[in-house]
Amino acid sequence: MRLKIIVTLTAVAGLILAWNLYRIFLQVPDEANQGAIFRIIYFHVPAAITSFTGFYIAMFSAIGYLVTKDLRFDSIAASVNEVSLALASITLCTGSIWGRIIWGIWWTWDPRLTSFFVCWLIYVGYFMLRRAIDDPTARARLSAVLSIFACVDIVLVWKSIEWFRTQHPGPVLEIRGGGGMAPGMEAPLWWNFLALLMLATALILIRTRQETMKLEIDALRRHAHAF
Amino acid sequence: MSPQNYTFMFFGFTVAWLIVIGYVISIALREKNLRKELDRVKRMVEEGEQTRR
Repeated sequence: MRLKIIVTLTAVAGLILAWNLYRIFLQVPDEANQGAIFRIIYFHVPAAITSFTGFYIAMFSAIGYLVTKDLRFDSIAASVNEVSLALASITLCTGSIWGRIIWGIWWTWDPRLTSFFVCWLIYVGYFMLRRAIDDPTARARLSAVLSIFACVDIVLVWKSIEWFRTQHPGPVLEIRGGGGMAPGMEAPLWWNFLALLMLATALILIRTRQETMKLEIDALRRHAHAF
Repeated sequence: MSPQNYTFMFFGFTVAWLIVIGYVISIALREKNLRKELDRVKRMVEEGEQTRR
């Protein structure tokens, strides 16, 4: 059943992404001021929103672990955080490439960029912490606490473009109070978000199963050492 | 718009896809290693149980 869901999600996500690539490159016109480079928005923004969604799902899962002490919640939190970190890396890299053309620089210590980079570092730290602790319950407890506190930074990242007006542009999408995009230009962005969300779900399902396998291996090892 | 604009656009899309592909490959490799490890530990437990009998 799980395999069927994974295959279906991946196939549908792949189809949407392929159809969207056709639309983005051949149907959507160049943006008046930025030209072709603006198309990076179709990966940059959906990857950011999907990663934030994932980080919050992981936070609820971390709370679930602290309340129930069930290691399955820890497995879900670790899996979701890992997939979200990969998506956050896409946002960082594509943003930097976009900035190189539009701002003439690869990076600047603007509040949006800095808070996002700090967020990325916190989640890298989350995985370093998990690798450093062998005891599954101590690892789950400490990483759950870090996962919950890391979400505070996501609020800062999200609101930074409203609180500070610096290098990074303010809200663009209408849903965030921006001026909005032409409907024909905005639709592929939301389709890409849906596709990335489906792809992320498929990857999370695979990673959760792997985390369960790790727990099984740990339990069997303890059993073997008892002989 | 300069041709650099197009070059960097493709550069951005390539980087995004490379991260996705690299991550999927890393998951596949981990899956392979975990299955091997699970089989090894299962055999170890079976051997331990047989010795105990």
